[in-house]
Amino acid sequence: MSAQFVIFGLLAVTSVATALAMIFSRNAVHGVLFMVGNFAAVALLYVLLGSPFLAAVQILVYAGAIMVLFLFVVMLMGPEPAPLWEHIPGQRPLALLFGLLLAAGLIAAVNVEELTGVPGIMSQEVLERLGQPTALAQTLFERYLLPFEVTSLLLLIGMIGAVVLAKREKHELQAERAPREGGAE
Amino acid sequence: MIVPVSYYLVLGAILFSIGVTGVLLRRNAIMVFMSIELMLNAVNLSFVAMSRALDSLDGQVFVFFVMTVAAAEVAVGLALIVAIFRSLGSADVDDAHVLKG
Amino acid sequence: METLLWALLLVPLAGAVVNVLLGRRLPRQVAGWLASGAVALAFLIGVMATLRLLALPAEERAYVTPTLYTWALAGRFEVPVSLLFDQLAAVMVLVVTGVGFLIHVYSVGYMAHEPADYDFRRYFVYLNLFVFSMLLLVLGSNFVLLYAGWELVGLCSYLLISFWYTEPQNAAAGRKAFVVNRVGDFAFALGIFLIWSAFGSVVYADVFEAVGGVAPATLTAITLLLFVGCTGKSAQLPLYVWLPDAMAGPTPVSALIHAATMVTAGVYLIARASALFAAATSTSAIVAWVGVLTALFAATIAIVQVDIKRVLAYSTISQLGYMFLGVGVGAYTAAIFHLVTHAFFKALLFLGAGSVMHAVEHGAHHAGEHVDPQDMRQMGGLWERARWTGITFLVGAAALAGLPLTSGFFSKDEILAGAFLEGHVLLYGVGLLTAFLTATYSFRQFFLVFAGEPRSEAARHAAESPRVMLVPLAVLAVLALGAGLVLGWPPEHGIIHTWLEPAFAVAREGTKAEGGAGLSPMTLLLISSVVALAGAGLAYGAYVRKAVDPAALSVRFRPLYVLLWNRYYVDELYALLFVRPFFGLARFLADVVDKLVIDGAVNGVATVTAGAHALARRLQAGYVRVYALSMVLGALLVLGYLVYWGR
Repeated sequence: MSAQFVIFGLLAVTSVATALAMIFSRNAVHGVLFMVGNFAAVALLYVLLGSPFLAAVQILVYAGAIMVLFLFVVMLMGPEPAPLWEHIPGQRPLALLFGLLLAAGLIAAVNVEELTGVPGIMSQEVLERLGQPTALAQTLFERYLLPFEVTSLLLLIGMIGAVVLAKREKHELQAERAPREGGAE
Repeated sequence: MIVPVSYYLVLGAILFSIGVTGVLLRRNAIMVFMSIELMLNAVNLSFVAMSRALDSLDGQVFVFFVMTVAAAEVAVGLALIVAIFRSLGSADVDDAHVLKG
Repeated sequence: METLLWALLLVPLAGAVVNVLLGRRLPRQVAGWLASGAVALAFLIGVMATLRLLALPAEERAYVTPTLYTWALAGRFEVPVSLLFDQLAAVMVLVVTGVGFLIHVYSVGYMAHEPADYDFRRYFVYLNLFVFSMLLLVLGSNFVLLYAGWELVGLCSYLLISFWYTEPQNAAAGRKAFVVNRVGDFAFALGIFLIWSAFGSVVYADVFEAVGGVAPATLTAITLLLFVGCTGKSAQLPLYVWLPDAMAGPTPVSALIHAATMVTAGVYLIARASALFAAATSTSAIVAWVGVLTALFAATIAIVQVDIKRVLAYSTISQLGYMFLGVGVGAYTAAIFHLVTHAFFKALLFLGAGSVMHAVEHGAHHAGEHVDPQDMRQMGGLWERARWTGITFLVGAAALAGLPLTSGFFSKDEILAGAFLEGHVLLYGVGLLTAFLTATYSFRQFFLVFAGEPRSEAARHAAESPRVMLVPLAVLAVLALGAGLVLGWPPEHGIIHTWLEPAFAVAREGTKAEGGAGLSPMTLLLISSVVALAGAGLAYGAYVRKAVDPAALSVRFRPLYVLLWNRYYVDELYALLFVRPFFGLARFLADVVDKLVIDGAVNGVATVTAGAHALARRLQAGYVRVYALSMVLGALLVLGYLVYWGR
């Protein structure tokens, strides 16, 4: 039992625990924080897999930028405790059942050769060779140059879309302000 | 001794299933959205693991793209949630059933 | 020529369409004259087309228009929409449009008292539609177009018989005509199918060319099926039952459709397909026998009836029987000749009967008395009160009876002579007997209506009909009187013979056997004259001179009289044999099969659907998470398949 196994085990338990805590947390702010922990654990797993670059991106983009954005929105909407009752009959037990079945099915699929290809022995040599950011950069800017550029376009569109969606029209603003000034709020 | 790839895949499967369960269980749009991020993350983990196993960088490139798309998606998705919250006064996905045709 | 023919066909249709679309805005008289004008125009076009045909050499007088379009195309089966105009079609077109025009004009007067403008218009729309349909029937260049026209005239007939549909018995009469015709039409359709399978074409020219190459049995089957169709449309045994009831319609309709034109469609069909029928000798014999028996059968019924229109209806059946006798023995020209003259004198008689009814109704109105205007027992003495109607009716009766030199005399004699000269002495004998009966009942009718003293107040106050009705009567009377001499003299070599002979050249090949018992055509003519005069004399003796008392005779031969009075109980027999079991079956289907099986199935489907949608509704609740749940279920199924069965 090498150190790697120990670290993997710790990270696996952490990520599963935070994930479960996230989906069962009553408070959205707690959920966001559990999610950050989960992302961190996964980032560490990337390191373990020999991809420090992706680990860094994961921390920066996910745990940093995206989760902060989530936190913003949660704060903007105010705390909204999840209701205890479920009004769609059978939704809760079915959701749990389907989740378990899916997990069972996917785990079963891992050992199916057609689905996974190679069952997987990773050599140190492969890790050394592929783990470097330069190798990734080379692939990205040579073979995947066009998709890379298209992705930048996609981000731009996403940005514009977010602005358009979140922007309030002037008359909307006025309509909202008027009752607020005289209202109980 | 290196951890075999199947361990990672099993972990990815578990995380993915938790994400799915979250989507099915939670009614708060933000939580649903985060569950989806969890699913993406689980898939990313599997991608990186397979990239190692297959001795190919394509999986890692794919993860890179997934992250970018996820960033764009989150920006638009959160904007949508904010817009819905503004018009309905709630972020409950079930309250959005008034949108059905 | 092509344009002429299409115009000829479409002008009456245009008249109907214009009356449907614009009739509401026109005064009713204008609508009537518009319809009449359309038919008059069609008649003029027909005359022009005939003159063009006349300009051609005798053998080339058959014009087929280029195909306008292909109606039905399925594999080798195709129906080209094109028209055929030859000598036979020309005769039919002139009769249909000519007599049709006169009847249209008459109708303007006859229907003037129709209370609702709407009904008045409707009447003329139907009438124009009928003329169009009949022209389609006559002009079509193949069996399918003929069939289309055949069904359309049947439809118009149905619509016009039950024209006054608020009376239940009129609606029932229309239904009866429709259903009985359906039996014949079904056989006709089967005949066309068989023609196609035997000849590979439904176009006349192709079919008649290939007659020699088809097995005699097939030919017999085809012609028999076609003939069954004819017995329906042309009211022959055993499918004649609808025609007497068809008198429920307006009288001009009876004249146009149920005497002059539509009912002769069967004769036209056999004449048109003469090449087929001439090759199928056994069918021809059946046609002749059915024809002559129908003639005798209907004449015996006609002799005791008291309803003025019913007598004419049975006489129509009887005369149609003569025509079938003609085509059956191969005397096609004579049959068509009789068709033409019959169209004149029977239209005349029907219109005259309408005029009589008009007069009696007027009298009944005047006398404040309610009488059945069709009951001849309530009439009598109308000669003084409706002179013009009387004169024209007398001409019609004489032509029907076949008194010498009238039109019916020549054409009927020619059919009988044809039968005799072809060696069918028995057919000739029955035909002659029928001719005697015909003369008797036609003059019985005339004397009952016009001679003697009025037998009711209504008849005493009867008044002449308006001029718009009398003019067509006069024209038809001239035609009924003179057409025979002009067209048919000398026998076998008149205008109509030289005109029509080429059309039947194929059918007449080799059948011109010089049989007979050595009697010359002139002798036969003489015999016919004597017989007709004898029949008329008997009627005179019985109903004017009272030398023979008909009432005493009816008591003496009571069983026979009752049998005839009740029309051989054929309607009752059919009711027992066909109608009752049919209604029983219908009731069974309605009460048991429909309610339990069909409704059960429908309700079952509804219940299952309701249950299913109660389930499905949950999937469409608008809750995103429910959709997600179903998505996951789908993913699980795929995954399960891949993991456990996909190895």
